[in-house]
Amino acid sequence: MWIFLSTEVMFFGGMFLGYAVYRSMYHTAYADASRHLDVLLGGINTGVLLCSSLTMALAVHAAQLGGRRTVVIFILATIVLASVFLGIKTSEYYHKYEEHLIPGRHFEFSGSNANHAQVFFSFYFVMTGMHALHMVVGIGIMLVMIMLILRGRFSSEYYSPIEMTGLYWHFVDIVWVFLFPLLYLVDRS
Amino acid sequence: MTEHIVDKKKYYVVFASLMLLLAATIGIAYIHLGEINFIVALTIAFTKAILIVMYFMHVRYSPRLLWIFVGAGVFWLGILFALSFADYLTRGWFPMPTAWE
Repeated sequence: MWIFLSTEVMFFGGMFLGYAVYRSMYHTAYADASRHLDVLLGGINTGVLLCSSLTMALAVHAAQLGGRRTVVIFILATIVLASVFLGIKTSEYYHKYEEHLIPGRHFEFSGSNANHAQVFFSFYFVMTGMHALHMVVGIGIMLVMIMLILRGRFSSEYYSPIEMTGLYWHFVDIVWVFLFPLLYLVDRS
Repeated sequence: MTEHIVDKKKYYVVFASLMLLLAATIGIAYIHLGEINFIVALTIAFTKAILIVMYFMHVRYSPRLLWIFVGAGVFWLGILFALSFADYLTRGWFPMPTAWE
């Protein structure tokens, strides 16, 4: 599992590198563009995701102790929190659409470096989009886990798949922990 | 499997610290510190990541072999960034040599 997560680190690492290289070149445009993101919604989402990591950790904890019902409840709580995150993300995307901030032909930006700001928004959409996709996959995995738990496949001796699901989920959380300050808090002062 | 079972209380403490760090990173972002803002934001992000990896992902209680796998991922990411920036940040330090006359 950790080898898989290392490949995931590389996968997101490439995007973070691209982001960082352009940030070092287009700093002012990044700062202007970043101010168009909603810190309140982004902050709430970070909190929601951290909560979901806690419920996931508690689910694995319950699995270690062999409590079937509590595991299901905590995984369900994680799924609900994940859905809240994706819902808020969707409304953020919609606002960007309304404000013509989606890169492409209809991109409109009042600042001086519209093209450079477009680069920032490209990174914003690709990175948060890939992150959201990972969350959708995670929700799928969690649903499968609930099914397996209800069929009585796991016990306090064997619960590795639940633990792996937890590792995957925490990884997705960590990606967001970096995305939030890098995208939303470039230059707010 | 002989797994170390972490006390539930520890999860709550880690979670509370993560939330505090989140509040800190948002708060500090609005204080004008120039370049230091970025350094603080990254430091807080790394602290949060380490807390999650160590406690939520149980690495702290895992065998040292696992540490090597985790470290390898981070190390390779370091190479990716170090070598790339060794290129991008040093461009323009020296004038490009012109063609032979």
